[in-house]
Amino acid sequence: MSDKKIRVLIAKPGLDGHDVGAKVVAHALRDAGMEVIYTGLHQTVEQILNTAIQEDVDVIGLSILSGTHMPIAEKLMAGLQREKAQDILVIIGGNIPKKDHERLKAMGIAGIFPTSTRFEAMTGFIKDRVKVQ
Amino acid sequence: MSEAAKEALGEKKKEEKKVRPVILESGIEVKPVYGPEDLKDFDYGRDLGTPGEFPFTRGIHPLMYRSRPYTMRQYAGFGTPNETNERFKYLISQGQNALNVAFSLHSQMGIDSDDPLAEGEIGRVGMAVDTLKDFEEAFEGIPIDKISTSLTINGSAAIMIAMYIAIAEKRGVKLEDVRGNAQNDILKEYIGRGTWIFPMEPSMRLIADTIEFCTRKAPKYYPVSVCGYHIRESGANPVQEIAYAYCIARAYIRSVMERGLHPDEFVGRFSFNFDIHGNLFEQVGKFRAARRLWARLMKEEFGCQNPDSMQMKMIAGGGGGGLTIEEPENNIVRGAYYGLISALSGTQTMALCSYDEAYTIPSKKAARISLRTMQMLVEEMGLADTVDPLAGSYYIEWLGNEFEKRIKEEMKKVDLQGGMVKLVADGTIQREVSLQAYNIEKKLQSGEIVKVGMNKYRQEGPQEELAVEFHEYDPAVAREKIEGLRKVKASRDNDAVKAALDRLRIAATGKENLMPFIMEAVKTYATVGEMTNVMKEVFGTFKEPVKL
Repeated sequence: MSDKKIRVLIAKPGLDGHDVGAKVVAHALRDAGMEVIYTGLHQTVEQILNTAIQEDVDVIGLSILSGTHMPIAEKLMAGLQREKAQDILVIIGGNIPKKDHERLKAMGIAGIFPTSTRFEAMTGFIKDRVKVQ
Repeated sequence: MSEAAKEALGEKKKEEKKVRPVILESGIEVKPVYGPEDLKDFDYGRDLGTPGEFPFTRGIHPLMYRSRPYTMRQYAGFGTPNETNERFKYLISQGQNALNVAFSLHSQMGIDSDDPLAEGEIGRVGMAVDTLKDFEEAFEGIPIDKISTSLTINGSAAIMIAMYIAIAEKRGVKLEDVRGNAQNDILKEYIGRGTWIFPMEPSMRLIADTIEFCTRKAPKYYPVSVCGYHIRESGANPVQEIAYAYCIARAYIRSVMERGLHPDEFVGRFSFNFDIHGNLFEQVGKFRAARRLWARLMKEEFGCQNPDSMQMKMIAGGGGGGLTIEEPENNIVRGAYYGLISALSGTQTMALCSYDEAYTIPSKKAARISLRTMQMLVEEMGLADTVDPLAGSYYIEWLGNEFEKRIKEEMKKVDLQGGMVKLVADGTIQREVSLQAYNIEKKLQSGEIVKVGMNKYRQEGPQEELAVEFHEYDPAVAREKIEGLRKVKASRDNDAVKAALDRLRIAATGKENLMPFIMEAVKTYATVGEMTNVMKEVFGTFKEPVKL
């Protein structure tokens, strides 16, 4: 494994303003040795895609608490395909009910970390998956 | 003191040191026992006062709930204004005596339902509002002269207040008699919650415009509810919750004073929205100290003489951050304790978080349980029988003193760093609270802070998920809303709309109070998005200072 730090974009898509989770996770990933880019509230899927590509990130972490995760995830995954950037690992956190997990995974979302997930579950997952690639 | 007594005291101190230390979230260290020695300088008149009298520690009314119980105001709203209207009527039929309107996120951001940015949002977390017609539908058949209505709205508050006033006027209520309140606290939106639209300066202007307008024209309307609540939910401790809210309130007061008004003319129509979760006694101590400190601040710092200005009025009861997604029924119990704390603290209005809020917007059943909880406290448990029943408790009064001291210190810290407006504009406060949120989360994960059923006594294996009645997003509702908007746009006088929007644009470039211009535009059925965009053209939009 190289010394290069894993680069993660933490993104708050849409109009949802609940950013405590996004910021807390950003701090936790940084403390776990990753390079974290957080772009603030109200990002469109296009903005997230652009940032992810420009910043050459390994991981995109979406934080969504308003219930709009399905359409946003769908758009983002389609965008990654269009940009031929499917190698970016996409994970999602926030208020994500179990009933949606299967459909999100089918779309290509690698990991789902609902509210009250432990940090090490998240950091462990990212380190395992990014290393494999 | 005799030698024997000294020895006994020494022994007692040693014993106390052996027990586990208790430090509250506010940083206050709690002893196992309190007594008269902790209140040596206690002076009833100076520190507490008779209920209804300065410094209002015991409550703002002489008889408090004995003469009038707290108002019960559950937060509600989803889908179309018609659906919201049905829920309002249901809650009123169940004994609720006030309304608290939840708006769809896009409406909170000044975006119309037919804007692509609203896709997937319409009616999801509140009712979607585009034009005055939506307010007419939402309040159809509701006696707005008897039921007071609170609008949980911030970024687009000036527009929504104008809409509410417009329907009241249409129903024959005189402007000077219109009652109700709006959250309209933009500074806390920059700290937590995030429904900001414009940069800070024009946002502060709009706050001052709404306060000035209501003071001069609609004096019974409460134009601002300063929210420590969301700041605490974003990571602030209880001392900072009050301190930051008061610093924000002071910023608003000063901006209105620049319009030539004395605080005694308008501060009586300020209210506060505070958070309850965590330690029971800490919260009660916090609120009683906060009430006393507000009275002193208004009297000493702002030279207020009107007792109304010195009375800190609050809504309290909710504490979403205290609820857990694990074993969600436990949240019913937590909600009941938060209600108890709120009643013991002398709140004016109570609203509880429903037990399913970690999953969805409250179901009808969950909203009813919250309402019943508030009713039980008043009608079964005796919380309305006597004023401020914890007064005189050694522990509570000592805690209150500690709180007042610490809140003042925290406010001073803000002042020394350049004041609230500056610290929010450059992201300092946001960084402070998010770092604290991270520390709290670490303590939750390590078990240092206990949440029963979540990080202690947790059920092994996969968690059972609540069989909640999910409020599903319905694309048909969105289509219906967009179609309704199209019809309004087709039937209104579009020349009048354009003229009103032009006048609003010109006024925005100057210094006039914008409320009359917004009122005029609202009455032509101009949309929330049209009005917001006109102001965006002049004001621009806020650029978030992201600091991790």
